[in-house]
Amino acid sequence: MSAPVFALIAHKDGKADDSALELLAAARTLFAGSSPVALVAGSGPQVQTVAQEVARAFDEVWSFDQPDLGYPNAELLRPLLTKVLPQGAMVLLPHNPLGMDLGPGLSVKLDAAYVPDVIGSEGLDGQTLKVIRQEFNGQVSAHVRCEVSHGAVITVRSGAFPPAVASAAGKVVDRSADAAGLAARRRFVELLEAEAGDIDITKEEVLVSVGRGIGEQENLALVEELADAMGAVMSCSRPLVDAKWLEKARQVGTSGQTVKPKVYLALGISGSFQHLGGLKGNPFIVAVNKNPKAPIFQAASVGVVADLLELLPELTEAVKKAR
Amino acid sequence: MEILVCIKRVPDSAENEIVVDDGGRDIRRDDLTYSVNEWDNYAVEEAIAIAEREGGNVTVVSVGSSEAEEVVRREMAMGAGQGLLLQDDAFDNSDGRGIASILKAAVTKGSYDLVLTGAQADDGAAQVGGMLAAMLDWPYASLVNKVEVSDGKTLRIGREIEGGAQEINEIQTPCVLSVQTGINEPRYVGIRGIRKVASVEIPVLDAAALGIQAGSVGPSGARVSRVDYFVPATGKGAELIEGTTKEIAAKLVHLLKAKGGLK
Repeated sequence: MSAPVFALIAHKDGKADDSALELLAAARTLFAGSSPVALVAGSGPQVQTVAQEVARAFDEVWSFDQPDLGYPNAELLRPLLTKVLPQGAMVLLPHNPLGMDLGPGLSVKLDAAYVPDVIGSEGLDGQTLKVIRQEFNGQVSAHVRCEVSHGAVITVRSGAFPPAVASAAGKVVDRSADAAGLAARRRFVELLEAEAGDIDITKEEVLVSVGRGIGEQENLALVEELADAMGAVMSCSRPLVDAKWLEKARQVGTSGQTVKPKVYLALGISGSFQHLGGLKGNPFIVAVNKNPKAPIFQAASVGVVADLLELLPELTEAVKKAR
Repeated sequence: MEILVCIKRVPDSAENEIVVDDGGRDIRRDDLTYSVNEWDNYAVEEAIAIAEREGGNVTVVSVGSSEAEEVVRREMAMGAGQGLLLQDDAFDNSDGRGIASILKAAVTKGSYDLVLTGAQADDGAAQVGGMLAAMLDWPYASLVNKVEVSDGKTLRIGREIEGGAQEINEIQTPCVLSVQTGINEPRYVGIRGIRKVASVEIPVLDAAALGIQAGSVGPSGARVSRVDYFVPATGKGAELIEGTTKEIAAKLVHLLKAKGGLK
């Protein structure tokens, strides 16, 4: 008998997250012929709304409605899942701040293998699951072998598996009683939304985006000059915000802004999946990086392997002349 | 507050071009520069800042070969009082769970209120902190970008979630937090700082000293192992523009103009 497969559904404001159908696709790819069960935990009427939505894709949905679950606190979800999941279960989670919070500890509590940030699969062979991951910030991929006889907790990268088509008439099983009396030593207090800065990069058609490859803070002036010459706005990748060189409102990526420009210049940006996750709308991407192996060259339309400090002044000059 | 920070020595992927070697068995390591994992550096800074504010001690620990000593010393030079090395041939090729169980043994030998890790390292797994917390049966929070000590028993922490939002939680000590980059500005370590800690003795604990059964870690204890590295055959990728700097600039301007990039 094949192992039971589960997918945790992230949801917000009564709607399932895009990851729901991607997890279903991943489950079917990793465990051929499986019929994964969707897990929907929350509080109030939206639990049923989400459960019904998800039942159009999954054959079976377990819903957990308890006041404590109103915000997805991994410290409550972990004991809940440890309690309700059968031995040897394969559990799929989105590789997002919730899945990363919940997954590692859940694997320990279930005594299951932990398989993080999966981007592809070569299927299950007996009790060995072979998956594809990335290491070194996406510079290389790896085949990874996992012994799953005790089950597995698997987090799936957003965008790695094309979403499954919702074509089921699944049943919803109310298992709220199992979620009674959960306790945690971590309490959700509040959500602070990102401060709206003076700059809104989300509406810009042309972005000149800069990353760690710029080297020194004073070199940002070269990028600013180019952006000014082009009539564009400067955005950036995460390391420049971490270094406090540029404000958070300029950051493109899953932990920053989601942008959809027509033209995107990626200057000294390696192109991690978190960065590319914030870049939508299939823009024309020009990548400049001194490392020819940088993942950004896989996403870019055109690329230049060059030193930014040499190229930038020339490029700014050429832009000015062309106007 | 007694704080333990778990750190890892990694190839610096911002500085290095990572090349698959030896038919995929490993990456080419000869010319790599190694440093402390970037996330861990933020974790060490946060620990030192908390200890300076609230009182207490910071210990830096690493599971690894003798080369790990260099990064432990570097982080001690930032202001951590103690270092600790967990070293044994039996630890080689452990999976994340193996590393977490080795660290667990070290944590239970001390009396720590707080254990910090970096949110992730070179393998992008982001797993050891959460596993360690579960093994200790301590509460855990990942992707932490703010720590305030409310009272001796409770921390008020921020977690970085999607879209730049921050999730505020209260968490009881003892606990494990994995620290996100950007939480602080790690202090600079000069050559003088490194010299100051050059002769500080760093205890080394092996499997026996930690009470770890050799077969429970290393390859025999690992459920997850890498088969090989490879560079995926992707789509066509970017069309590369070559030439002198002047020629490249001219071609780029031509393309940008055609695509509406000059406004």
